Amino acid sequence: MNAPHAMTAGTAAPATARYDWGAALKDASLAALVTLGLCIPIVLLRTDQGAGVDLLLRPRIGMVASFVAAVFAARLLHHVLLARRAGRPLVEQKAEVRTTPNAVPWAKMGLYAFMGVAMSFPLIVFLIQGGLSESRYWVDLGILVLTYVMLGWGLNIVVGLAGLLDLGYVAFYAVGAYSYALLSTTFGLSFWICLPLAGILAAFWGMLLGFPVLRLRGDYLAIVTLAFGEIIRLVLINWVDFSGGGAGISSIPRVTFFGVPFSADEGGFASLFGLTFSPMHRVIFLYYLILGLAFLTAFVTLRLRKLPVGRAWEALREDEIACRSLGINTTNTKLTAFATGAMFGGFAGSFFAVRQGFISPESFTFLESAVILAIVVLGGMGSQLGVAIAAIVMVAGPELLRNLGFLKAVFGESFDPNEFRFLIFGLGMVAMMIWRPRGLISEREPTAILKERRAISGSHVKEGHG
Amino acid sequence: MSVGGINVLVDETRAIQDGKRAPLLSVRGVKTYYGNIIALKGVDLDVHEGEIVTLIGANGAGKSTLMMTIFGSPRAREGRITYAGQDITRVPTHHIARMSIAQSPEGRRIFPRMTVYENLQMGASVNGGTHFKEDLDRVCDLFPRLRERLYQRGGTMSGGEQQMLAIARALMSRPRLLMLDEPSLGLAPLIVKQIFSVVKELNERDGMTVFLVEQNAYHALKLAHRGYVMVTGTITMTGTGRELLENPQVQAAYLEGGRH
Repeated sequence: MNAPHAMTAGTAAPATARYDWGAALKDASLAALVTLGLCIPIVLLRTDQGAGVDLLLRPRIGMVASFVAAVFAARLLHHVLLARRAGRPLVEQKAEVRTTPNAVPWAKMGLYAFMGVAMSFPLIVFLIQGGLSESRYWVDLGILVLTYVMLGWGLNIVVGLAGLLDLGYVAFYAVGAYSYALLSTTFGLSFWICLPLAGILAAFWGMLLGFPVLRLRGDYLAIVTLAFGEIIRLVLINWVDFSGGGAGISSIPRVTFFGVPFSADEGGFASLFGLTFSPMHRVIFLYYLILGLAFLTAFVTLRLRKLPVGRAWEALREDEIACRSLGINTTNTKLTAFATGAMFGGFAGSFFAVRQGFISPESFTFLESAVILAIVVLGGMGSQLGVAIAAIVMVAGPELLRNLGFLKAVFGESFDPNEFRFLIFGLGMVAMMIWRPRGLISEREPTAILKERRAISGSHVKEGHG
Repeated sequence: MSVGGINVLVDETRAIQDGKRAPLLSVRGVKTYYGNIIALKGVDLDVHEGEIVTLIGANGAGKSTLMMTIFGSPRAREGRITYAGQDITRVPTHHIARMSIAQSPEGRRIFPRMTVYENLQMGASVNGGTHFKEDLDRVCDLFPRLRERLYQRGGTMSGGEQQMLAIARALMSRPRLLMLDEPSLGLAPLIVKQIFSVVKELNERDGMTVFLVEQNAYHALKLAHRGYVMVTGTITMTGTGRELLENPQVQAAYLEGGRH
């Protein structure tokens, strides 16, 4: 495609870059023409049922025209934005480079900000909605998002830090969920005993997966882990005596406040603390439970990164051969990465089971793995804050797009925003891939920084080739 | 006992008779295969304590393969490798790295997204960081450029700086034997000179034993006490650095085209 921005960049124009309007218009017209071509078979004709059985053809020329105009405008805008970036004088670019070391404390501040908002979220919702039961929807959504934040952070250890592409992470989620469900329904163990057990079991399965894939990397590793995820799901479906098969396991014991049930009767949570009973107590407790688990994941990951094992994970992602020749046992390093990641998946799984009270293999399909992996990749591999933001966008995004009622004012009463929410979501994804292909936060934080900063330090200096 | 083992014994006896100690590293009859393709066809090589030994040869001669075989990946299918009197032929790579052998592999292989400091931390992981600060100062004195760039990501540095980092990272484990694979690859002559003078300094001042694999035959042979020439998986010639430099065959094959 004849891109005008490339030309302006190439001619090394002075500070005020000349903009080639002709080429931009030509390109935008071409895009509009393609849109017109696409719209003629797809959009132009609509079939409506007539009075009887006959179909009426209704041309929608206005709609086609608006599509074409929209594409034309968007393409033109795209060019203008890119040209402005290319035409930016060099001095300004240098300043941009200099700001990168500040991105490090910025990311940390962002993580703290996220933690603060997450801690006070139920209170904020309570104040805005003006009642406990009114805020149920939002707290539930918060729980869902935090579950995925935790899963993202867990998978981040395997994919982001150790660089092992794992497409079957949902298997460990399932192991955790079934561990709690089976242990509590069969042996009557409480959630607080099952939680660590579920983590240990998931870590064990993580190691079990780790052994056969020690020599694999990249695509091959992805395929095997994918198969592993499917095997776990298929076993859960078919081994009916053990797992209840496709019907799943129901009436899993609910969470208790460290032994005190959330019930309306005497001795329940509400009467113990002298509160009036509300089912929301349990929901809010669940919220803080998953928040605590997610923070545990983040905290452990941040600590591990500073320890030799965490550094070894990152070094393994960078170069396996160099690792080995520096005396690092790559086998153990990979297995610990799989086990640690799986353990947090197991925690999240048992939380899922205690929250839902019912689990079936339906909840652990490949799509779940894909969503978790997408969260990690979109967030920027290895970035905690990025993963948190990506989880909010991926999980809460489509949910929040349900509330697009105001668009009815623009498009008329017959417009149903629900039909468009995935379209908008998809557009967002495409935009991400264009402008931030390496994830929302692609800058990696160094784990070791001396107190004194030297004059020529960090990423001040531009990339050089020797 | 294999033939290789007997060879080692014979060599040790001979060395004692010559009034010398057993070599620090000895390679006897090593054969390495990639699948069915033979890469090393029975290599014998010795490195004595305190020496700089260089291995020169054309592309694809098997120099890097030999170096990697000493490190256990790929493994020698036949033959025997001993280091400080210990058979290391079947020892896992990461254990070999903990026996005070350090390697700067071909193509540098630094960790590009980690900072110079973190790269050096990785180099010190063998001895658990007990004397990290001291070693950090030592390598930064050898390569002052690295001190300037401690918190820069490794991948953003120039090729010469990356090579310095690769050598510095190898030195962080306080090796007795330092193995360098083509440290001059793709570098400007001035930087090559700088790196070779550091190697010389390490050898003369600290008594470090160096095994150097090089394409840059002139520089390598001038630096080394002894040299080996490798052609398609076998050692064809050996002698002191000077002998090889003056050898007409070596001159024709590896030094033609100038002493740069």
